Formats: sequence, C-alpha cells, structure tokens
Amino acid sequence: MARGLGIMARNVRRDSSTGSARGGADSGRLGSGPEPGVAAAVASPPSLEVLYRRMVLIRVFEESLHELFAAGKTTGTIHTCIGQEANAVGVTAALCPDDLVVSNHRGHGHYLGKTGDVDGLMAEIMGRATGVCAGRAGSQHVCSVSGGFFANGVLGGTVPTAAGMALAEKVHASGRVVVVFIGDGALGTGVCYETFNLASLWGLPLLIVIEANGWAQSTPTRQGLAGGIPERARAFGIDAVDLEVPGVESVRELAAVAVERVRSTLRPSCLVLHAYRLGPHSKGEPEQGEEELARHRAKDPLLLDRDRLSDALVGRIDEECRERIALAIRRAEQAGPA
Amino acid sequence: MSPPVTVAAELNRALVEAMEADVRVHLLGEDICDPYGGAFKVTRGLSTRFGPGRVHGTPVSEAAMLGVAAGMAMRGLRPVVELMFGDFLTLAMDQLVNHIANWRYLACDGLLVPMVVRAPMGGGRGYGPTHSQSLESRFMGVPGLEVLAASRHGDPAGLLREAISSDGAVLFVESKREYPRRVVAEDTAEGGFAVRRGEGPGGTVLLAPPGGGAEVTVVCYGGMAEECLAAARVLLERHAVAAEVLVYARLHPFDPAAALERVAEHGRIVVAEEGIRPFGWGSEVAACLSERAFDVLEAPVGRVGSRCEPIGAAARLEGGVLPAAADIVAAVLETRR
Repeated sequence: MARGLGIMARNVRRDSSTGSARGGADSGRLGSGPEPGVAAAVASPPSLEVLYRRMVLIRVFEESLHELFAAGKTTGTIHTCIGQEANAVGVTAALCPDDLVVSNHRGHGHYLGKTGDVDGLMAEIMGRATGVCAGRAGSQHVCSVSGGFFANGVLGGTVPTAAGMALAEKVHASGRVVVVFIGDGALGTGVCYETFNLASLWGLPLLIVIEANGWAQSTPTRQGLAGGIPERARAFGIDAVDLEVPGVESVRELAAVAVERVRSTLRPSCLVLHAYRLGPHSKGEPEQGEEELARHRAKDPLLLDRDRLSDALVGRIDEECRERIALAIRRAEQAGPA
Repeated sequence: MSPPVTVAAELNRALVEAMEADVRVHLLGEDICDPYGGAFKVTRGLSTRFGPGRVHGTPVSEAAMLGVAAGMAMRGLRPVVELMFGDFLTLAMDQLVNHIANWRYLACDGLLVPMVVRAPMGGGRGYGPTHSQSLESRFMGVPGLEVLAASRHGDPAGLLREAISSDGAVLFVESKREYPRRVVAEDTAEGGFAVRRGEGPGGTVLLAPPGGGAEVTVVCYGGMAEECLAAARVLLERHAVAAEVLVYARLHPFDPAAALERVAEHGRIVVAEEGIRPFGWGSEVAACLSERAFDVLEAPVGRVGSRCEPIGAAARLEGGVLPAAADIVAAVLETRR
C-alpha cells in the first residue's frame, strides 16, 4: 500500500494550470488507510515476475500476429497493444476472478490478462473452429460469458453496455466490479458522456480505464482532443486518477485501490493510463514516425520492468513465452477452419 | 357493460403483469416515472408500484439507455426500454445494430440479450417531420433483432408479454394513434368483419368481410389495420368488392405462410404500411409473394405506404404524405382491373 502510494506520488501528473497533483478529488483519501476490501486484494499481489511474464506473453503474442498476418494466416484485421501491456496486465491483476471486463478493438492484452486463454484467442484470430468465439469475432469482438469478457470494435459504444452490466451486478448485489477499457480516441463519441452521467447519477460499480496512447489511428491525440482527459470524468462527479505508466506494478497498485473503492462504495471511478502505442494502429507501418517512436521506445514499460529482474529470469521468461505462443499457433493450425 | 379497454391500458397491464411475475424485468425510459407516467401514459403507476429499483427514469440519453439495457440483459435482467418517440431510435441505432444485435451471436457460451425496446411510431397527430415517422422498416433485416408490432385487432398485452419473455432483443412497435383506441376482444370487428385469430399473440389476425368470399387480401400491421378495415368497408359498401385484412404482428423475421395461404385463395393482394413505401416492409412482403406465389397471382402485388417526403405538421401536409383508406381502396381496385 505504502509503496503503491509512493509510486503514485512520483507519477501522478501535475496540473499545469494549478500546479496541484491531479490525483482526483479523492486522492487524499488514498493515504488515509485501506478501505473495506482493499486489504484483501493487496494482501498477496502477484509478483513482478508474474506480471512481467504476462506482459511478455502479450508482447510475443502480438508480435507473432504481425508475422502471421504477413504470412496470410490471420483473418480480418488486428490492433495490437504493443507498448501498453502494463495497462492490461496491471488492471486485470487487480480484479477478482468474477469481475467483468468490457473491451474494445485493441483488446488482446485485456483478454489475455483477464483469462490467460492464449489458445482460444490465437485460434480465434486465425479463424479456426477452436477459437474462443469459433471464428465469429476475430480480433476485435471477443466475447465469452465464462471468461467474463465482452468486446466490441465500435468505439465508445461499449461504455453503456458496461454500465448496464454494472447496474445488473448492483441489483444482484454480487459484489462484482465491471471494468471498461476505452482509448482516448473513443472520447470523441458522445455516448461516453451520456454514460459517465448515468454511471455517476445511479452509482454504478464501474471502473472506466482510459488508455491514452497518444494516437487515434493516424491522428495524434493533440489534434483530436481539446481540454483534459480526467476532467471529462470529474465533470460528472467521477473520481479520476491520471498516471504516466512507469511499469506494471504501479498500474496494478493504482487499479487495486480504484477497483476496491468501486466495489465498496458502488461508485464509478476512472483511471487514465498514459502508455504510448509503440505499434501501428492496425497492420503495416506505424503512423507515428520513427523519431517519435524511438523516443518512446526508451520508455517502454516492458523494458523498464525488465531491468528490475535478473537477466537469467528475463531470458527464461522470454523463451517460455515464445514456446507457449508457438504452441498456440501450432494448435490453431491443426484445428479445423471455423 | 365494462368500459372499453384501450391499447395504452393493455400495454400498461402487460408491464405490470410482467414485473409482478418476474423480478428480472426492469423499465428504463425518459419521463416514465409518476406522476407523469410517460409521454403516452403507458408506464403510469409503475414507478409508484415497483419503485426506483425497478423503474429507472433516465436523462435524455437514448444511446446510453439502450446500451445500459443491453448490459443489464447480458447479466441476467430483462429490461424494457421506452423510447418517447420511435423517431429517436436513430440516436441509438449504433447500439441496436452494432452492439445489441451482435452480442448473442458473438459469444458461443450461452449469452442471452433479453430486452425489449418499445417504440411509439406513426403520424396523424401533427407532430411534424421528426415526431411522426414510422422508422421500423429501417430496423428490419438486422440479424439478431426481432421486430414486432402491436395492433388493437390483435393482443397487444399478450404480444408485449411474449416479447419480454423472449431471450433475444425485440423492437416492439406501437402506434401512437392506437394508444387511446379500444382493443378488439370480440369475434366481430366494426362493420361486421369476423375476427379470426391465429395462434398466440404473435399470430396473424384475419378480419374477414361479413358473408365471406374475400376476393382480395390487404396485408398490414399495427395502426394501419384501422385504415385497412375502413378501406375494406368502403370497398364492400361502395364497390361491392369483398376485401379481407390480414394483420401481422411479427414483422421481422417475416413468415409469409399466412399471406401465402390467403393469396392462394384468390390471387390478389395488397400490402399496406404507414412507413415509407420504397424499401419498406411491404417491399419484402411483395418480393416474398412474387417468389413463392407467382403462379397464383392474378395481379401484381399492390403496395401502399407513405410518400418518400417529410411529414409536415399541418393536417393537409401530413395527410398528403401518410397513406389513408382511400389509397388502400385505390390499390385494391387496381388489382382487379
């Protein structure tokens, strides 16, 4: 808890207009001791090794997708989260197994973080019968009731769905939290704000995770977004924390606090995670330009966390993840077409 | 004699019964709570009876309203959404077409999306171009979305109950003009037309002319049944033409069986709807009949619908666009030339 707060204090963005920390209206409360449920969730957090391994698995999975696409072995399109793995792994590691995740077009990391189902997702993207949705969903519409995971590739439109799920869980008094991942690009859609309003008005157990990755397809965020991002949630009375992602543990710790606060207060909360998209929007060449990419590659959260583990361990994790992904590809290839 | 039961009252009764029978049924909508009770008073009394935990008055947020309902449905509830005007479906079209209609298909492990969107449609009340349309045909042909229409000649309450107990997403079309009208519970309708009901609330209803011997069938749904029946009476009284009216409740997916059965009898058929005539429900019905009954058709399938023009507010302008009994009479006579 204390360590998490330390990381937060270092990385929470500062408001340029006021100079005050933008930890949200409730940031002060974070220091006043754990709220109900928090202690349980942070009692045995996954180790850095475990979290790092999940990130590498996602990285290797998605790098393989680019190769598979080039080889004509995937169907349709893909959108990778290369550079943003800490968001997916950190947030999903803060959830209870029964919590629900609603995802978007860039959801491989969210799905793998939530379910660990490498084979099902690989087969799905490769259009095989063994895919988690039997080939119906492809990369960007993965849905699984048993996995507690629901994605749709139309930006913003998933936010009310997630809020409705949160309302249902509140009615059922299930204690479940619903997390919806959106990108900064989805903030251009009006339905986001309709839902922020409703979620706050009705007190829904919804965590809104905004992955601000710097780009909306080929449009830099600064060309498509006026004003601030957390302010958009706060305007509706939703607590929002803005974090420059330095590594996966800080995301997990921040998310754990937010998730348990949502669970215990039945109020929505918002996390704005700034991790840069190091890959292209979809396939082909990245839109960002080599100079900007090089600058951000140096801040790749995966590399930062790697430096905190031994070389031997890093090497072993890398090898194991490559073997696991290769196995998933082989299994998918052996399965029948969808 | 008991007072006449209106369509609005029947729909209200259906909601009460559904909510009494199943705690999973929730209502959402703008201004649906008491004392207002909804723009057309269909939800009157429900917020008082079932409380804010079951009846959720919403802000003016159609897209969020439908998306929230979908999420509720995907997690075990059975939401019923009231749109204040069916025209506002356009505000939530992404939710209906891209999200709601697809969720059940995407998940292979038993995801249900049991929700109903109630949409008051149609003109005749002078509300102007954005509050008078019958947009339902724009939502037909969407895989994963069922479209039903209530009619006072059918069983509006039964149909709504059936929609609520369905495991899929249903667009439930109501006619604004029909809300205050009496539900036909007897076996005889105005003009002595016999009411022959099909199976269940979703079955077709045949309004057969007194004396029988129909020479032509007018196929319709919802509020247009009123105009069709008026037309059939005029045809009988002034033109000595025996026309029957076949009222559909299930618009999409469309089962042509009932219409095919009628056309096999006499080979003449007219399709009438209040929505825009080109690319309408009637276009699909006519195409189905041409495919399946070409050999028995004595004349081309007649089509009646709104002109493809905005619906003006003034009575003369509105009347110039919306179809009326006279248009149906003309279309029926055309099949007999």
